[in-house]
Amino acid sequence: MRELVVLSGKGGTGKTSIVGSLAALAQSKVLADCDVDAADLHLLLGPSVKEDNEFWSGQVAVIDENKCTQCGLCQDVCRFHAISDFKVDLISCEGCGFCFHICPVEAVTMKENLAGHWFISDTRYGPLVHAKLGIAQENSGKLVALVRQQARELAEKHKAAYVIVDGPPGIGCPVISSLSGANLALLVTEPTLSGIHDLERVLGVCQHFGVQPLVCINKYDINEENSHRIESYCLNHEVRVAGEIPFDNVVTASIVRGVPVVEYSNGKVSREIERMWRTLSAMLKDGGNG
Amino acid sequence: MIISVASGKGGTGKTLVATSLALSLKDSHKVMLLDCDVEEPNDHILMKPKITSSEPVLIPVPKVDETKCTYCGKCAEVCAYHAIAVLGNHVLAFPQLCHGCGACSYLCPEKAISEEGREIGIIETGQSDGMAFVHGKLTVGEAMAPPVIRRVKQQASNEGAVIIDVPPGTSCPVVEAIKDSDFCLLVTEPTPFGLNDLILAVETVRQLGIPCGVVLNRAGVGDVGVEEYCRKENIPILLTIPLDTEIARLYSRGTTLVEGMPEWKERFVALCEGVREIANERVSRIKR
Repeated sequence: MRELVVLSGKGGTGKTSIVGSLAALAQSKVLADCDVDAADLHLLLGPSVKEDNEFWSGQVAVIDENKCTQCGLCQDVCRFHAISDFKVDLISCEGCGFCFHICPVEAVTMKENLAGHWFISDTRYGPLVHAKLGIAQENSGKLVALVRQQARELAEKHKAAYVIVDGPPGIGCPVISSLSGANLALLVTEPTLSGIHDLERVLGVCQHFGVQPLVCINKYDINEENSHRIESYCLNHEVRVAGEIPFDNVVTASIVRGVPVVEYSNGKVSREIERMWRTLSAMLKDGGNG
Repeated sequence: MIISVASGKGGTGKTLVATSLALSLKDSHKVMLLDCDVEEPNDHILMKPKITSSEPVLIPVPKVDETKCTYCGKCAEVCAYHAIAVLGNHVLAFPQLCHGCGACSYLCPEKAISEEGREIGIIETGQSDGMAFVHGKLTVGEAMAPPVIRRVKQQASNEGAVIIDVPPGTSCPVVEAIKDSDFCLLVTEPTPFGLNDLILAVETVRQLGIPCGVVLNRAGVGDVGVEEYCRKENIPILLTIPLDTEIARLYSRGTTLVEGMPEWKERFVALCEGVREIANERVSRIKR
């Protein structure tokens, strides 16, 4: 079983549209949506939920006002400015428990925190593991790790050849959690100066965690000069460009229809994604990490 | 007045809106632009600020003086993040896991733990075209964005207009970036992805008690779901930007919309007026 994670640094470059299409193209796979705070892959795959699980993670402090003597010690020591007027702001509380340990009258208790839900679903493309982080919750990295773990276990069980992961934007905690230990990372970028800047940073993350990257330039024809810059940057850094997808409103139309673009159209976009999948699957077979 | 520009879904045009809004207001207001997307900051690409100072962002992590340590294990017991462990006669710290809460050093009975700063990113301050500019950059390989965001926000001035460019999503970095805003602009696109993530973003700002309005970008493709949702939820659409290859081309080259197409300036000024009206109306309603 080989694991491919799709990342981008910059948001909105087309990760989910591409993962949806790879779901339709790959023969034997389990899908995982690791963009747990703004998950969209389900909108293309039409899952029916088989398992709905609670995700409990971390704790939050609660002050019992009957016991509290309003000494103010907890407010003084809290570095997250989560306590004012002897009440805990649950959104700012990071669950460190400093107030709990220090309260002289034991007025603070730590309460387990329901941070979200995760699901195992059936789709017409195979099993999907996805999640919904609670609004304004922390610990997205832990939920991502859980989603990936579940997807890998399902893949073992079904003897699937691939786990395909739709990753979150950025380079922080949930991205690191999506990436570490994967066999191959597909980085979807766009030929804008922002796209290039963000690609360089996410390539740095791949290098830091030792995961082999491949690049896909999406909407490559909106600025071909910038696309050439990305190509030469990749060449200089020995990173392969696996696909160059043209801009086409057909991608938006397929999202509106709620199907992967390769099933919606057989135009240039679809043909390029198909070509890219052949490259990716060969790489997963013979190369990549592990 | 602090206006944050957020979105839920990435790549909907937050940076385009934040930079053009800031530029449109600078003739009439004292303006400050804060780029809080510290994982992938992009505002500097469009604003080309002259950076005048750069400071590291440090988080305090424990440093154990083993000559004082009795290996009692109190530090490991109180650490909620498993960032410090005592194994026999060894204390192991895992600085990458540490949130810098300070509990271990405060509660160590031997006073054997002091704190030292660990760099997780930088903030840079400067000027761009007569306005103040601040952004943060999380170091590649680091996981925790919120402390860097907090430091960027500490630079906010109390007067004039402060525009905050927010990272995508709805989790802790987003909350850190938008809390204490007077208004939150939610930039979206008219597709089922845009709508799904807009709904999550609206839930987030409502939880924080911040009034919001929508900027609809790339209008003309997609469907009417976002508009129907906004009507139903009584969320004003304060600005509509059409799908236009010229706008996309300007952005790809790192040119702001109001510089490339100056006719947009008055629309951004009007956007700000719309925001101000809603925010003022809300304040007077709360007072009543």
